Amino acid sequence: MSKIKEHIEKLNRSGRKALSIFLTAGFPKEENFLDLARYVLESGADMLEVGIPFSDSLADGPVVQQSYHTALQNGTTLEKTIKAAETLTKEFDKPIILMGSANPVVRFGKEYFVKAALEAKVSGVIIPDVPVEEYDGFFENKFNGLDTILLTTPTSSEKRIKTIDSKSGGFVYCVSVVGITGVRNEFKEDTIKNIERTYKTVSKNKMMIGFGISKPENVKTFSPFCDGVIVGSAVIKTVMNDNNKFEETRKLIKILSDACNQ
Amino acid sequence: MNVQKTKYTFPNEKGKFGVYGGKFVPETLMTALYELEGVYNSLKDDPDFLNELSSLQKDYNGRATPLTYAKRLTGHYGKAKIYLKREDLCHTGAHKLNNALGQILLANKLGKKRIIAETGAGQHGVATATVCAKFGLQCVVYMGEVDVERQSLNVFRMKMLGAEVRPVSSGSKTLKDATNEAIRDWVTNVEDTHYIIGSVVGPHPYPMIVRDFQSVIGRETKEQILEKENKLPDYVVACVGGGSNAIGIFYPFVEDESVRLIGVEAAGYGIETEKHCATLTLGSPGVFQGMNTYLLQDEFGQISEVHSISAGLDYPGVGPEHSFLHDIKRAEYFSATDNEALEATLLLSKLEGILPALETAHAFAHLNKLMPQTNKDEIVIVNVSGRGDKDLNTIIRHLGDRI
Repeated sequence: MSKIKEHIEKLNRSGRKALSIFLTAGFPKEENFLDLARYVLESGADMLEVGIPFSDSLADGPVVQQSYHTALQNGTTLEKTIKAAETLTKEFDKPIILMGSANPVVRFGKEYFVKAALEAKVSGVIIPDVPVEEYDGFFENKFNGLDTILLTTPTSSEKRIKTIDSKSGGFVYCVSVVGITGVRNEFKEDTIKNIERTYKTVSKNKMMIGFGISKPENVKTFSPFCDGVIVGSAVIKTVMNDNNKFEETRKLIKILSDACNQ
Repeated sequence: MNVQKTKYTFPNEKGKFGVYGGKFVPETLMTALYELEGVYNSLKDDPDFLNELSSLQKDYNGRATPLTYAKRLTGHYGKAKIYLKREDLCHTGAHKLNNALGQILLANKLGKKRIIAETGAGQHGVATATVCAKFGLQCVVYMGEVDVERQSLNVFRMKMLGAEVRPVSSGSKTLKDATNEAIRDWVTNVEDTHYIIGSVVGPHPYPMIVRDFQSVIGRETKEQILEKENKLPDYVVACVGGGSNAIGIFYPFVEDESVRLIGVEAAGYGIETEKHCATLTLGSPGVFQGMNTYLLQDEFGQISEVHSISAGLDYPGVGPEHSFLHDIKRAEYFSATDNEALEATLLLSKLEGILPALETAHAFAHLNKLMPQTNKDEIVIVNVSGRGDKDLNTIIRHLGDRI
């Protein structure tokens, strides 16, 4: 069974929704990314999504784009990203997931990527610009052993959600809103309705909600309709303005994590 | 006339030209892409739709554009006869309106009230702003900050036409970044917005739809050359950035084996430097802006910062169909530098009284290499994709002392 799914299930059984945090590899600096990741995992994150920086990410808002830009200037590569993930999988018994655009993976070589990711004990991959239509050609059978996590959005039909669920492993990434990554000041009522619908439809996998979530209130709002939540831009934004002990970031993770306890 | 034909049926139902193309976009857009494909497939052979489009092309765009015999340019080289397909005479000054007219009709059928577009040289932005004015739809155009500066005349035109021009400051601040921002806008506003992509790029069905709307260029050209010369041309030459004017004139000839199809990319400061846009000459396949295609990228798969004097060719990717035609060797791709394009601009102005866009000038620059290989009984057709008024600032800056 998928390590990710098992992990989320265990948390759910203990009365907790899973908290997954997205961080950009090599950000804010190459030398302190691992410290940041450790702080995040120690402060209550149950899983970590490590972003693979890309120059032209389509699904990302200004905050994540800025972090990618900085990480690339810091000299971050996919190879270094996988190395960092490996360090974290050795230190923490929590799933580490790689997330990013298709092209750096294509350029690295998909076979090499899978081999390196498995050796690093990475649990899964999220590549938002590879939708169901391109799934077979892109992942083929090469990704055996790695959970491929696909995304649903409010524009996905029920039929598509079912296909996405069947092709995914670990969890289905339910995008809360129509749009790119970034903090939302409010969520509309149909957002909740749509998430409820998706949660009912996803059956094979666990379901995590991401995009726009920034504070404990959001976690409380979504908790009844998911197995966990994902926070990215809000954390990256806090890191951008934080001191070198990441005190504000740790506080944010702590309150988000507390909100995950039901 | 007995001409060798090879059947050509691309893209397939998955939007693939061989291995190129596809739909590499976030899930949010998939439903909109299917809707667009559905509406397009239901209309593309519909007589009412085709009549509506063709009367707009005739009465609003000014089609058919002429095929002009370039007598003095032909004399200059003393080889094959050179004909010019005059897309510079389209309303708004370039071939871009051919596609914008088709897509605005699709947007109407889709019931979308808000239109977005990306633009490099500003020609596609102007074309989109124009059709939005004509059909009374809201229009937002994304344009890189560098291009806003070097194509300032077109920025004013778009504003006069009622469009909002949003300068893009990310990345290289050019066409690629304007396209990223337009896609992000579409991801955010997909429910009420139609994205009019300006070239044969992006996810399926865009490369196919834009090709089909632009192929009016090649259909007319074929008819006109048969009428004038009673035979097919030997060479068809066009500049390639994303590649829509080139595909537009190539596509109706693609099954005619005897016709050599020649695309000319921008070599910027030279293909031996790092500042060029010769994607098919020097790039490698990858996934970018919704498509699998040739790209200029570094060893880690990051998209390169490219350069061309012409904003419309300043793009690190190329339409997936060009990648395919390149691989199967049905079309050949060369490149011309900034300086060669500037020289060609002067030459065409002086010899034919036609001031071409700097994009178009790249196609003419290649004639220096092509013409010596041709014979007097052969025919070369060059697609004059646009006129150069918009480039006067740039031309004056580079050639001011010679004019």
